[in-house]
Amino acid sequence: MRKLHFHPCGNFNDRYEQELTIFETDFGRTAVLAGLVILFAVIPYASSAYFLYILNTIAIMSIAAIGLNILIGFTGQLSLGHGAFFGVGAYAAAILSTDAGFPFLFAVPCAGVITALVGVLFGLPSGRLKGLYLTIATLAGQFIIEYLLVHWEGLTRGTMGIVLPEASIFGVALGGDRCFFYIAYGALILMTFIAVNLMRTRYGRAFVAIRDNDRAAEGMGIPIFPYKLLSFAISSFYAGFAGALWAYYMVSITTEPFNLGLSVEYIAMVIIGGLGSITGSIFGAIFITGLNEGLRWLTDILMSTNILSAIGLSMAPLRELAFGTAIVLFILLEPRGLAEVWRIIRSNFRLWPFSY
Amino acid sequence: MEFFIQLLVNGLSIGFLYGLAAMGFVMIFKSSSVLNFAHGELMALGAFVFLVLIGWAGLPVYLAFPLTLVFCFILGFVVERLFLRPLIGEPLIYVIMLTVGLASMFKGAMLLIWGGNLYTFPDFLPEGLAIRWGSVNIPPVYAVSIVIGLIFLMLFGLFFKYSSQGIYMRSVADNQPAALSLGVHVRKVFALSWAIAALVAGMSGIVLGIINGINVHDLSSIGLKVFPVVILGGLDSIGGAVIGGIIIGLLETFTGGYLSTSLRDVIPYIVLVFILMVKPYGLFGLVEIERV
Repeated sequence: MRKLHFHPCGNFNDRYEQELTIFETDFGRTAVLAGLVILFAVIPYASSAYFLYILNTIAIMSIAAIGLNILIGFTGQLSLGHGAFFGVGAYAAAILSTDAGFPFLFAVPCAGVITALVGVLFGLPSGRLKGLYLTIATLAGQFIIEYLLVHWEGLTRGTMGIVLPEASIFGVALGGDRCFFYIAYGALILMTFIAVNLMRTRYGRAFVAIRDNDRAAEGMGIPIFPYKLLSFAISSFYAGFAGALWAYYMVSITTEPFNLGLSVEYIAMVIIGGLGSITGSIFGAIFITGLNEGLRWLTDILMSTNILSAIGLSMAPLRELAFGTAIVLFILLEPRGLAEVWRIIRSNFRLWPFSY
Repeated sequence: MEFFIQLLVNGLSIGFLYGLAAMGFVMIFKSSSVLNFAHGELMALGAFVFLVLIGWAGLPVYLAFPLTLVFCFILGFVVERLFLRPLIGEPLIYVIMLTVGLASMFKGAMLLIWGGNLYTFPDFLPEGLAIRWGSVNIPPVYAVSIVIGLIFLMLFGLFFKYSSQGIYMRSVADNQPAALSLGVHVRKVFALSWAIAALVAGMSGIVLGIINGINVHDLSSIGLKVFPVVILGGLDSIGGAVIGGIIIGLLETFTGGYLSTSLRDVIPYIVLVFILMVKPYGLFGLVEIERV
């Protein structure tokens, strides 16, 4: 049997494989495996329906946030249309499953592919240019998609919304929060696995090179435009995939949630979690979903005690204020986000009592 | 024909306002190449401060207007000092995400204080300024806004062309390290450009507020409509901002008048995507040869 080894006290890597490894020690790998076992065997049975709902939301949001992080954190391009792409995925899944009768297992990846194609459509004109033109194009995409969702009634049924059939795999119905927990977290683990490994391939390295210095990247033979577009397509695929899961989870969808506010929410997740960190995106999703629920709880309490109902305090502006403040504070104080906080905590433990 | 002319006049005046709103945006882009997503919120803030001064404090207009502008100027300084200065030297994408965060911070705060209701200023412009020309009727607000817009356009044109501060700003936008090494005080330039941009934003917020009433949501959505305007005009051209604004304004009113009212708010963004395809640097933007 191999000897378990722990963190060395410095960086002693002498081969590239050591640098690329995901788990630096066997301890980390065991901890993640143990965590997964607890996640799947204990948590669904130990938590209430409400808590399961929050967990499922976190899983779906994490998938979309990972997608956005591939674009912002790894390729250095900002998208303001992620919320709309999430909506495209949700509607694609809804339309495929109702009108075309696609089964769940097939409809979700198809929705992802459709969203990626829509993303490429908006990425094409802007990717050719230097600078942050993609940001502006995705802003336009956000508004155009929102408009189409509401007004293309032949396809999306407008403001009526669509009711999806129950998700089922090979005839086994997957209703309820607990069943969906397994789907959502299975998907999250799969997508995390793909993203983490994608970033270790030549594609991931090309994205990082473009982010760090596009001229140098081009000089080293990376065709920038195709890679930028590819990154945007992958990011849209993740958004669409998450949107499709969300549509199945919510059962009925309407056009309202997919607005610019949702896009900003995703940007907040990525920044708070940590740019350029896949696990950070999951932290960000946990933070934002927690913040959402915390604010809801707070407004409920304030409403019921009649302190603020006279002023007519509502949830939406508070949320907006909290997200904005969180984005600004994280950028100013900890631009690498919760992932960096987590790393600092871990290395403090590792290096204790000689923390320098 | 009458309908057409009325639409034309409306489009021109709305477009002029877009141009006015876009000027402040171009100001910031020209001096620091930051896309400011909080522009609409700065406009709304200016309008609300004016409302407070004129409505609740009961100040006369000739006092309230300069006071608001002074407030916006100081606000621009404060925003730059608190939020943007720590990011000098960081990648641009952080700064842009910061403005996204600032936008929702300001918007949330304003919604908490004033709510999503529509407010209107008391009528203070004399009727005599209205222009009547046959069946066409231009209300006094538009006339005033066009005059204000022209004055500011001229001032900015001269400022960037001849004043030393304006030249510093252009040099910083062009190449920050080079400007630094030639002795340009980059921090001062940033502070000044944010202050001026906030001032212009506040002023266009007031004018828009007089015309449409003040509502946080409306004004912040106009702040985003600045993007099609500046892309059409060229991101770094102040004259282009005005011309782009007029084109977008005309397009909007004609779409609203002849096609459908719901298409009206999206058509600028459809145009935006189209321009990015055919003429990405806009009508008057500086064409960078370097492409990727």
